Amino acid sequence: MSILRTDSITMKFGGLTAVSELSLNIPTNGIVGLIGPNGAGKTTIFNMITGVYTPTTGNIVFDKIDITGMKSHLITKNGIARTFQNIRLFKDLTVLDNVMIANHLRLKSNIMSSIFRTPDYREKEEHILKKSLQLLEQTGLLEYKDDKASSLPYGKQRKLEIARALATEPKLLLLDEPAAGMNPQESIELMEFVKEIRDAFDLSILMIEHHMQVIMGVCEKIYVLDYGVNIAEGNPEEIQNNPKVIEAYLGVDE
Amino acid sequence: MLNKNNLIKIGLIVVTGIVLAILNATLGRYSLRILNLAGIYIILGLSLNLINGFTGLFSLGHAGFMAVGAYASALLTMSPAQKSVNFFVKPIVPILANVEIGFLPAIIIGGFVAAIVGAILAAPILRLKDDYLAIATLGFGEIIRVIFTNTQSLTNGALGLKGLPSYTNTGYTWTIAILTIIFMFSLRRSSYGKAFMAIREDEIAAESMGIDLFKHKLLAFTIGSFFAGVGGALLAHLMGTIDPLMFRFLMTFNILLIVVLGEIGSISGTIVSAIIVTISMEWLRFLDGPIDLGFMVIHSVPGMRMVLFSLLLMIVILYYQHGLMGQDEITLEFLKSKLNKFKKKEA
Repeated sequence: MSILRTDSITMKFGGLTAVSELSLNIPTNGIVGLIGPNGAGKTTIFNMITGVYTPTTGNIVFDKIDITGMKSHLITKNGIARTFQNIRLFKDLTVLDNVMIANHLRLKSNIMSSIFRTPDYREKEEHILKKSLQLLEQTGLLEYKDDKASSLPYGKQRKLEIARALATEPKLLLLDEPAAGMNPQESIELMEFVKEIRDAFDLSILMIEHHMQVIMGVCEKIYVLDYGVNIAEGNPEEIQNNPKVIEAYLGVDE
Repeated sequence: MLNKNNLIKIGLIVVTGIVLAILNATLGRYSLRILNLAGIYIILGLSLNLINGFTGLFSLGHAGFMAVGAYASALLTMSPAQKSVNFFVKPIVPILANVEIGFLPAIIIGGFVAAIVGAILAAPILRLKDDYLAIATLGFGEIIRVIFTNTQSLTNGALGLKGLPSYTNTGYTWTIAILTIIFMFSLRRSSYGKAFMAIREDEIAAESMGIDLFKHKLLAFTIGSFFAGVGGALLAHLMGTIDPLMFRFLMTFNILLIVVLGEIGSISGTIVSAIIVTISMEWLRFLDGPIDLGFMVIHSVPGMRMVLFSLLLMIVILYYQHGLMGQDEITLEFLKSKLNKFKKKEA
């Protein structure tokens, strides 16, 4: 069973082909890695899956629905959430607000009932508050709930971004370099954390990462990208021994 | 729910009401007019603050939406006789010739018409961002004014409307101002208010959290235009005369001044600065006349006041980037924490 499938998607920006004929297959409940040198088109793939870009050709099917060209916020509603390579928190808002905003899409109240605080809305708000606090507890951020998001230490900001993405109740979580800028200790903690949330929230995860230790330690399947082309796929061992991958990363003797 | 905080809030409103009633009974005509203006500027400041401060849409077309509200309400409250006196170049469109309704429904209709115009204009221009949006809204504000100058049989063109019934009084302005304040606090607390702020903080992240950018921006813009229209309606019936020139960019600038001085995004900051700006606009009127400095005399320069305000704005932007209020809101919790700090110092 696969949760997300891309059928040979291609993304062209003018004359540049950023991603060409890529077919991904992400199994339900799997943790899949996406690696490749800088500029290989990894983030472009995320942007296509989340609707920031519409692929030039090809289809993306998520949970049996064709989401090609769908608007970003609708894709999130369908169950894909993401984090960003360079953290994009709502900096001036509190940690709790950051998570509560992510529940807004599931709120079925209109603006008037939310301003006039009808009993129905209050009940929903209470529910969202409870859920958000629980989520913060699960991710170990509860003690920071009233702090401004920008005042958190770097590692916690990364975690908050993941918590915020989880609050949208996704089926598939896209992590864009979650371990960037982390020290080895933090990276190992992150690996454990990724596995934990996969089990706790019944997720499938697709992650871009440069820390090989993290990728090899946590992913069940890895896709390797070079200049927009998928050059290899397989389990960590197969990837480590694949001559094409070594060539892409280290170059080859002429 | 009547818990302690709500009781204090209700108490505050009652006290404000009593203070206003006393002021209303004791102040002279001139001071009363300033009091009314302050109330109107609070409404206008808060409405622009919703668009600029909460949602981060830099809009400069506020005067246009005020004009819509002012004209819509004025055409509804003027007596048929007064209308026929006004429209001597070209008769008024027949539908409006014999309409005369009460002030409150006219204000509400004025607000709604402004909201509809706001929504229609916003739909195409909300695709723009930042300075481009600012220029487009500025343009639209001016276009509304130019249209009003040329629709002779609807707005009486450049001649304007004279002899509006002077319905606006302290009761109307301040009741509506207080309702607006409550509305804004409540909106900010709601899930929608938070979504607006998320858009201000980071559009891309907001969208990836499932927030429909277009829908929410349109909502903020429409609500803001509604209150601009309400403010315009109140202003029209305070002045007694309106013409398209009243709603030039300078009007938008005055409101923007209030919002920026009071810290973009802060509700209490906007309220405080609306009152300060309105009072000092009048109090500083002597600057426009000749000034005798003892050793020299400056001849009267109309507009000297604005120089001072521009200086003030520069100082605020340079040294108090977070406005008069900073990020803090004057809430009960804020006052309590200040009081506690003060007590600690005493001890």
